[in-house]
Amino acid sequence: MDILIQQIINGLVLGSMYALIALGYTMVYGIINLINFAHGEVMMVGALTSWTIIGLMQDSMPGTPGFVILFLALVIACVVAATLNFTIEKVAYRPLRNSPKLAPMLTAMGMSILLQTLAMIIWKPNYKSYPTLLPNTPFDIAGAVITPTQVMILVVTAFSLAVLMWLVNYTKLGRAMRATAENPRVAGLMGVKPDMVISATFIIGAVLAAIAGVMYASNYGTAQHAMGFLPGLKAFTAAVFGGIGNLGGAVVGAILLGLIESIGAGYIGALTGGVLGSHYSDIFAFIVLIIVLTLRPSGLLGERVADRA
Amino acid sequence: MKQQQKIIVFMLAAVGLLVLPLVLQGFGNAWVRIADMALLFVLLSLGLNIVVGYAGLLDLGYVAFFAIGAYMYGLMSSPHLTETFPALAAMFPNGMHTPLIVVVPLAAGLAGIFGVLLGAPTLRLRGDYLAIVTLGFGEIIRVFMNNLDHPVNITNGPKGINQIDSLHFFGLDLGKKVVVGGFEVASVSLYYYLFLALVVISVIISHRLELSRVGRAWMAIREDEIAAKAMGINTRNLKLLAFGMGATFGGVSGAMFASFQGFISPESFSLMESVMIVAMVVLGGVGHLPGVILGAVLLSALPEVLRYVAGPLQAMTGGRLDASILRQLLTALAMIIIMLMRPRGLWPSPEHGKSLQATKP
Repeated sequence: MDILIQQIINGLVLGSMYALIALGYTMVYGIINLINFAHGEVMMVGALTSWTIIGLMQDSMPGTPGFVILFLALVIACVVAATLNFTIEKVAYRPLRNSPKLAPMLTAMGMSILLQTLAMIIWKPNYKSYPTLLPNTPFDIAGAVITPTQVMILVVTAFSLAVLMWLVNYTKLGRAMRATAENPRVAGLMGVKPDMVISATFIIGAVLAAIAGVMYASNYGTAQHAMGFLPGLKAFTAAVFGGIGNLGGAVVGAILLGLIESIGAGYIGALTGGVLGSHYSDIFAFIVLIIVLTLRPSGLLGERVADRA
Repeated sequence: MKQQQKIIVFMLAAVGLLVLPLVLQGFGNAWVRIADMALLFVLLSLGLNIVVGYAGLLDLGYVAFFAIGAYMYGLMSSPHLTETFPALAAMFPNGMHTPLIVVVPLAAGLAGIFGVLLGAPTLRLRGDYLAIVTLGFGEIIRVFMNNLDHPVNITNGPKGINQIDSLHFFGLDLGKKVVVGGFEVASVSLYYYLFLALVVISVIISHRLELSRVGRAWMAIREDEIAAKAMGINTRNLKLLAFGMGATFGGVSGAMFASFQGFISPESFSLMESVMIVAMVVLGGVGHLPGVILGAVLLSALPEVLRYVAGPLQAMTGGRLDASILRQLLTALAMIIIMLMRPRGLWPSPEHGKSLQATKP
């Protein structure tokens, strides 16, 4: 039983990180119908930037409490990632706004490879150990353990989601974003500047991705130039799973995906008598995705007709 | 161009292609290998072009079919299976050397079946949903190839399969060089001719398909699926056919790849390869045969050629920029810049459908 609780905790932590990334995908998709393949790389840049900042701060001012360092690193990582994503949109996606659909998708893929390569040149390709800045003693919950880092991930995710929901539902910018997602042309006629809204979307997405990157690196204790790829892919799967373009759907999809993955990885060995091991955990996401989309072609909470895509 | 001029240009191109490996051979076999790989990628791109270009179904997991073909050939013509299963070793005392005439249709058929299997549940999906499902399918296949080394060792896991036979047919072994009238033709050049022949056959098939009833039906589906259905096109069967056809091309190229390399491992079939194949098709000009060929040659051969000039650069940057990083960097930049300059591809088709044109919101 305690294994189940442990896997649920792990699943929630994993799912909340996916949720942060998935929101960036789904917001961008909702507004400009583009799969931003470079989004996972933005997360990676966030994580590696924070790694550099932490290293610098630990050298220059020893004795600073861990959470202060982590917080500052997080803020700087968010700023860097936001600037990066803003620039990417401006350079690589904006000129192709009215081109055939495949063109911006291909520049997004190119951007993803480019960012990975640049990160490999800047940060070197080795795995970096990411320092644990929070206390190490785990809490005990009914036989399962949760580390302070994991608690922090859950709290930060919940907080970010609350801020995002407030931003989208109760501010002028949020209203403009929803209007642009609905119909960019009419939104433009109503005095919304679509370009500005799109830039804002990319910035918000990047901030969420950078937070996810820092959380991901502190949870697993490593960072590397290729770290953004798989979480990015899973997060996108989660966004499609929940119904792409739908913020609530992305969160639900991501949490469910995290739970499925960790519970599946915990039990698949026992269920199949050791024939299939936890190496297969990476494909649960895709198998579930194929099943869900076969039954509900527009995702769990997706309301749009699949044909629009 | 007048008909006569066309024929002359065509003849010149044919002669050029035939002589190319013999010239390259003089500079070293590595150059011929580059040409061989370029031809293989042309073959793959032509296959993907059927799915993406004609039927308009975005497939981001195309490399899975390539992998299936390669593993099929690898397993049927290497000592791996007989070493793992003593029962098989007893059946084939001389080792498994399945003849080409059996193994290539098998590889093509299996890949085709997988193509239909992937197509069947995704018939209702369109656009980006389809893209992500096919991408997931590619990853699933790769993970299985990585992990099917236990409890029963089928794919040998991440270590891959080696000692794969080279192609041999009609008493000709492509793994050994042939001497024709005192002139030596290296093994890689023999592969070049084989691949060239396959490319020519594929171009003819693709071209005939494009003009046929099936091809027109595919394009109708690409333009507007509902309208196509209303015109009496059986969209379900035709979409499955597109998936199956594309996958078959992938399977054949996979078998060729396995025999050419003599070694395969899951690493060769990553998502990155799928992205590269899609990039070749789209950069060249989706749905337009000359464009697709141009894209494939450009993206597969150019970075390899650059590898040879990367040496000085590597020394200049203190080893930080090695050849493979430089190659990746240039590929990424090429993808972005070409798309920004020519959103419809380098050599787009002169008449193009609605769905390939600008999207009107």
